[in-house]
Amino acid sequence: MPVLWLILVVIALGVAGYLLGRGRALGSAGGDLRRLHSLPSYYGANAFLWTVVPALLLLAAWLLAQPLVIDNRVSGLIPDEIIEEGSSRSLVMSDVRRVAEGLDLAVKEGALSAEEAGALTTEDTDIRALLGEVGVALGAEVRPEVLNAAQRYRALGNTGRWTMTGLVLALSLGGLGFAWSRSDKDFRARNTVESSVKALLILASTIAILTTLGIVLSLIFNTVEFFRLYPALDFFTGLTWSPSFGGGSELGILPLLWGTLYISLIALLVAVPIGLFAAIYLSEYATPHVRAIAKPMLEVLAGIPTIVYGLFALLTVGPLLVSVFGQGGLLGVGWMQGGTAVMTAGLVMGVMLIPFVSSLSDDIINAVPQAMRDGSLGLGATKSETVKQVVLPAALPGIVGAILLAASRAIGETMIVVLGAGAAAKLSLNPFEAMTTVTAKIVSQLTGDADFASPEALVAFALGMTLFVITLGLNVFALYIVRKYREQYE
Amino acid sequence: MTDLSANQPRSGGSLYTTDARTRRRNAAEKRFRLYGMIAVGIGVAFVVTLLSVILVNGSRGFQQSFITLPVYLDPAKLDKKGERKLEDIKKVSTFGYSPLIDDALAKMLAEREIDGVFEKPKEYRALLSASAAAQVRDSVLADPGLIGETVEFRLLASSRVDGYLKGRVTRESIARDKNISVEHLDLADAMRAAGILEKSFNWGFITGADASESRPEQAGMGVSMLGSLFMMLVVLGLSLPIGVAASIYLEEFAPKNRFTDLIEVNISNLAAVPSIVFGILGLAVFIQFAHLPQSAPLVGGLVLTLMTLPTIIISTRAALKAVPPSIRDAALGVGASKMQSVFHHVLPLAMPGILTGTIIGLAQALGETAPLLLIGMVGYIASNYPDGIASGFLDPNSAMPAQIYEWAKRADPAYYERAWGGIIILLLFLMTMNIIAILLRRRFERRW
Amino acid sequence: MNDMRILERSVGTKEVKISARGCQVYYGDNHAIKDVDIDIEDKTVTAFIGPSGCGKSTFLRCLNRMNDTIDIARVEGTITLDGEDIYDPKVDPVQLRAKVGMVFQKPNPFPKSIYDNIAYGPRIHGLARNKADLDEIVEKSLRRGAIWDEVKDRLDAPGTGLSGGQQQRLCIARAIATEPEVLLMDEPCSALDPIATAQVEELIDELREQYSVVIVTHSMQQAARVSQKTAFFHLGNLVEFGETGQIFTNPSDPRTESYITGRIG
Repeated sequence: MPVLWLILVVIALGVAGYLLGRGRALGSAGGDLRRLHSLPSYYGANAFLWTVVPALLLLAAWLLAQPLVIDNRVSGLIPDEIIEEGSSRSLVMSDVRRVAEGLDLAVKEGALSAEEAGALTTEDTDIRALLGEVGVALGAEVRPEVLNAAQRYRALGNTGRWTMTGLVLALSLGGLGFAWSRSDKDFRARNTVESSVKALLILASTIAILTTLGIVLSLIFNTVEFFRLYPALDFFTGLTWSPSFGGGSELGILPLLWGTLYISLIALLVAVPIGLFAAIYLSEYATPHVRAIAKPMLEVLAGIPTIVYGLFALLTVGPLLVSVFGQGGLLGVGWMQGGTAVMTAGLVMGVMLIPFVSSLSDDIINAVPQAMRDGSLGLGATKSETVKQVVLPAALPGIVGAILLAASRAIGETMIVVLGAGAAAKLSLNPFEAMTTVTAKIVSQLTGDADFASPEALVAFALGMTLFVITLGLNVFALYIVRKYREQYE
Repeated sequence: MTDLSANQPRSGGSLYTTDARTRRRNAAEKRFRLYGMIAVGIGVAFVVTLLSVILVNGSRGFQQSFITLPVYLDPAKLDKKGERKLEDIKKVSTFGYSPLIDDALAKMLAEREIDGVFEKPKEYRALLSASAAAQVRDSVLADPGLIGETVEFRLLASSRVDGYLKGRVTRESIARDKNISVEHLDLADAMRAAGILEKSFNWGFITGADASESRPEQAGMGVSMLGSLFMMLVVLGLSLPIGVAASIYLEEFAPKNRFTDLIEVNISNLAAVPSIVFGILGLAVFIQFAHLPQSAPLVGGLVLTLMTLPTIIISTRAALKAVPPSIRDAALGVGASKMQSVFHHVLPLAMPGILTGTIIGLAQALGETAPLLLIGMVGYIASNYPDGIASGFLDPNSAMPAQIYEWAKRADPAYYERAWGGIIILLLFLMTMNIIAILLRRRFERRW
Repeated sequence: MNDMRILERSVGTKEVKISARGCQVYYGDNHAIKDVDIDIEDKTVTAFIGPSGCGKSTFLRCLNRMNDTIDIARVEGTITLDGEDIYDPKVDPVQLRAKVGMVFQKPNPFPKSIYDNIAYGPRIHGLARNKADLDEIVEKSLRRGAIWDEVKDRLDAPGTGLSGGQQQRLCIARAIATEPEVLLMDEPCSALDPIATAQVEELIDELREQYSVVIVTHSMQQAARVSQKTAFFHLGNLVEFGETGQIFTNPSDPRTESYITGRIG
């Protein structure tokens, strides 16, 4: 039966278990709930957990493992000879899966009966046309080996599903029985239930680790796959980026890194002075009235989604800059050809980062003890001298940390550069030219028409890996600096 | 013990005269303060500029040009058998309706004495949206009794005409445009003067589905709003329980050991990972490995859950930490177990803070675009409302930010206007959510 | 250290350095300091004593206009330094604070080197023409602060790396470096251990030969040890002001006597 039904049945069994467990416990105490060790609901909960949790865990594990096991078994059926030039075993396997799913779909829709589906051969029937009728498109004619493998796939899948259903239900019933038999007035149900709940809490916490693991593994596997198809050295040192879907691509990361760093630099040049001075003014000089208005307004900038900034860059800032720096523009220089440029994306990204820098700096400046300011003012320093010579130097490590975090954010930003910086990978010093970045290329390589196993698509994973390492490094470094110098106040 | 070598206290000048050096220092002070004010001013100016640009550009997306046109629904063309049976009527496609509309238009222009330059009614078609025929057909299918009557329809004008009324299209700009000619624009002027053609608020933008590249006048945000809704349901349903569970463990139960440190380090790192890396994760794990359907709100929701979890965990932990230890001690003191004290006492008291943090996390997730692009939401034309709950989660759909991105990429400037309009809708949602969060915080915040 | 010192003070007429007449301080609506009239003499240590919250620190901070940094504080009345009203609009607090130095309760050296801590004040007020001058000022201040011998070999070490008592002496040396005429000290020893306290008290005794020192203290014993004149504050009023010996042995006002005998405070 379908997975959803199975889950619902297990849960229903769990509810039954709850009632039974609770009932038995109350019964063993002669109906007097004061004689029970725990509240009756805990006995019920205990039964529910025993019925549901092991069964669902088994279900999840089976669902994860079954495709892998079947893939492995069926893959062995494909002889090497039929794997064509330029193809691979995994591509043939995806064909096999397609055919198998198509046949299942055909049976479900009624185009074929189950026996007919099992008895198909490639000589008698045009499988491709048949599958086309139920809406499954195949790229080529179906070969006999592939059909054979597909049939085996279906058979194994079927057996697997039945076995899974049986085992899960058995485990569920077994759990119910076990818990029911233990539901007695002296059984410490509350403790068991609480330990299980705690285990669930720990499981929830490990999702963070699992996520990181998932990110790292998915990046590593695909990057390794990419480096098998394209030399790593060329990737890291290549000065040209020009993918071509037919082979012969040059996939060097350096132009992309250059674009990323250039745009981030401009963004920081905008955001850091404005953000820092705004933070200083708001925390040292502004009246509470001004602060109450200005601070939320700056926070608004932080809440605006990046797609809005991207559109702003593309449709407003770009044309504006062209009207000043472009061919027929205000300054009459022909520095800018199109609206998308490093300057456009950099300026807009800078605006986006202002609240980031400002609020981090604000926190850091406020962390400098008032006693230090009093000491300086008591010596006859003006406020600006106090800020410049006492507060800022004391806050400097924190501010450097904030700048690094802002840089990390700028490097990882996608939408602003996709819309505002253009798609051309160049190594140029002119900020008015279009230069693309690592993130923009990840998007374009993975959303284009490239086949997922080709180097042109896999390079996106290598780019993602590089990006991940750089931003992680910056973040760790920033935290290290902040932590090391915070010690001086404690 | 100490050397009190002669140095008399500075006789110094009077306090009433500020010496030159102090004056210079005060001037430097004023300058410094000015820089600060300028910086704040620039920041606020950016906010104001951004919002005005959005408002001005986006409001145009909500207005659309309509033509009021009485159409005679000729039974001879629409229901040849005359039995008014639905299957028969359905067989007439939009191709059958178009000539009726053309005739109606020509007739109306003649009646209003607007000089038509065209001989064949078909040439008037450029004034109307290509969707006009479908609109009429849908009305007839809904009520076959209309056949034979003359019904007044409010039809969408074509995108070029709409652009002309909004000032986007000028006589010079259409010089090489194949879709429309200068005579059409003259007609548009006349029609506007006669009151047949007018701009009005376009509800279809809010409720409608996306349209193909050639029909910007028909495009709407409705379907993508639903897609976002389903995604947010997934995010809420997953990230709130998991986030709260993890926070409770870390804050109340976790011992100080290496494992706990590892979890905390992971959470703070994940909070800083760029969103596109989560997109890659979603692509590799949910689509390639688990074979979930591409571009489905379920997948988008899963990816956004992983992104929102660190935010929710951090704010939930702060809320839990704010509950004073005396409450926990009081519960333990009457004999509650640790878990009972947490679930019966601490958690309810921390709830307002948790909800506030969750709403803010959801608002951030609503605006994310990059991961959605990678799981397939780019290039997808969300043209139908989902049929039911299951298909709402599993069928490919778009989401608001992805829809806006998609429109921004299309060449037609009419789509830019809709992208801005979409942004207004998105920002309205975000503003509402943030205001709810702030109100929640104000209403339920306790000062311990 | 030695109670006998109280009786050894020479009672000569000294010039009045700071003079307050009809001084009121409001924190918002709260009338914190009421009608204070006092004359602080040069080359004397004056102690402000009184129970917690009586306003002694508040009044102290009026003398160098540190209350200006608090938005809701309002000062009325006249306070003069060398005959000039320090609250006159023509007066720049920055210049005032170079003449009236302050040492705070908790030692607050800047996170800079010892040298830079001392050099900070002279630098901003432009008191040194060149590096040699500055070096001399730093050494002089450290000597006067009774800390030169302990730090002369490590002037580049961070000021925060010293012990509590050393830090406070550093702060005193820092305050002296701007060549003030008056030194205000707000409970300078309350955060220090007894040995450090003794060192600082000894230093205060030396400083009075050069400066007018006003010290707020909540320890009557300390006031008796170091000061020549004592002012007793109670609930914002200056209750009694006179020779230290007299205040402690024969106070005129019953409130003073209650405080000294421990019935209040």
